[in-house]
Amino acid sequence: MAGSGHISRRDFIKLTTAAVGTFIGAVIGLPAIAYLVDPALKAVKSDAWIPLGKLETFEIGKPTLASFTRSKVNGWEKTVTSYGVFVIKKSDTNILVLSNKCTHLGCSVSWKDDRQEFICPCHDAQFRLDGSVQGGPPPRPLDSFSGDRLKVVDSVLLLHFLEG
Amino acid sequence: MLKKLFTWLDERLGLDDMYKAVLDRPEPKGNWWNTLGSASMFLFVMQGLTGIFLSVYYTPSPDHAYDSIQYIMNGVAFGWLIRGIHHWGASLMVILVFIHMIRVFVTASYKYPRELTWLIGVGLLLCTLGMGFTGYLLPWNQKAYWATTVGTSIAGSVPWIGPFILKALRGGPDLSALTLSRFFAAHIWMLPAALAGLMGVHLFLIIKHGESQFPGKDD
Repeated sequence: MAGSGHISRRDFIKLTTAAVGTFIGAVIGLPAIAYLVDPALKAVKSDAWIPLGKLETFEIGKPTLASFTRSKVNGWEKTVTSYGVFVIKKSDTNILVLSNKCTHLGCSVSWKDDRQEFICPCHDAQFRLDGSVQGGPPPRPLDSFSGDRLKVVDSVLLLHFLEG
Repeated sequence: MLKKLFTWLDERLGLDDMYKAVLDRPEPKGNWWNTLGSASMFLFVMQGLTGIFLSVYYTPSPDHAYDSIQYIMNGVAFGWLIRGIHHWGASLMVILVFIHMIRVFVTASYKYPRELTWLIGVGLLLCTLGMGFTGYLLPWNQKAYWATTVGTSIAGSVPWIGPFILKALRGGPDLSALTLSRFFAAHIWMLPAALAGLMGVHLFLIIKHGESQFPGKDD
């Protein structure tokens, strides 16, 4: 048979069976691989501009807490996380936003007007008005947002939030 | 090189003998009705593979079963295909196993020396139906819930031991998270293991006795 250009019935059946089998295997197998690795191929877009409030509602020089929630969808599970930030307005163009999450173990800090500092209730950490550490265990200043992470649209202050 | 490797393996494993015994068996008369058993086995393998894939995303808990299946259908790439094959394959497998049984009955292939093959086949049929029954609950939707309520109630109507059977099936007097998890365990572990074991014996007996002759005019 070989070389004569003629193919026997048995070889023909073998060849077509293998070809059809490979085709069916690929049609089922490739989607199966896509199915398995699908979560790794999904692009996660988590950043967003969060409105914190009208600019005129923030008192000059006094940190004001703004809270918001962000939801995250993992498969069929949705988790909602609350965040809080302090808006410190020195003027309409000079604004600093500080995270209220203590950099030590993540408790929420609060502003004490009489002491003019942020106090963490968990381990008595103290932060200054600019977020730097005044005392206590925190390893670094409070996370801060300024410059291109903030913008004002229609007199509403927006924060560019990357996580959640 | 490949040939040398094959010879090496063949000498130790007896691949050639295995091939001759398992796949190169004489067929009395080419007949498509004789392929139903192989078709059922193919579907069993298909159900096993798609089932393993489904278990990657499925969660057998009342809180999450329905949502996880919605996610498989709408959120995962080709999830609809994997679940579709599993869903339709299940119905097709029950149908094929039934036609296979009818074929064996009509051609009288269950007679001596193949009675045991038939009896094990009955076990395989029951396991297949059990797979269908337990799998039906897993989506945890209204249809699944009430089908299982009715199905387990029927089992509970047995005289004397009915209430015991009902509670054993449901994992308590009512349908609950326990029902879902025990049906899941039965669906992915117990019944497939039983099916695979019985299929092994079934196949061994078929290879041992060969295909039965079709009844002729004189029979």
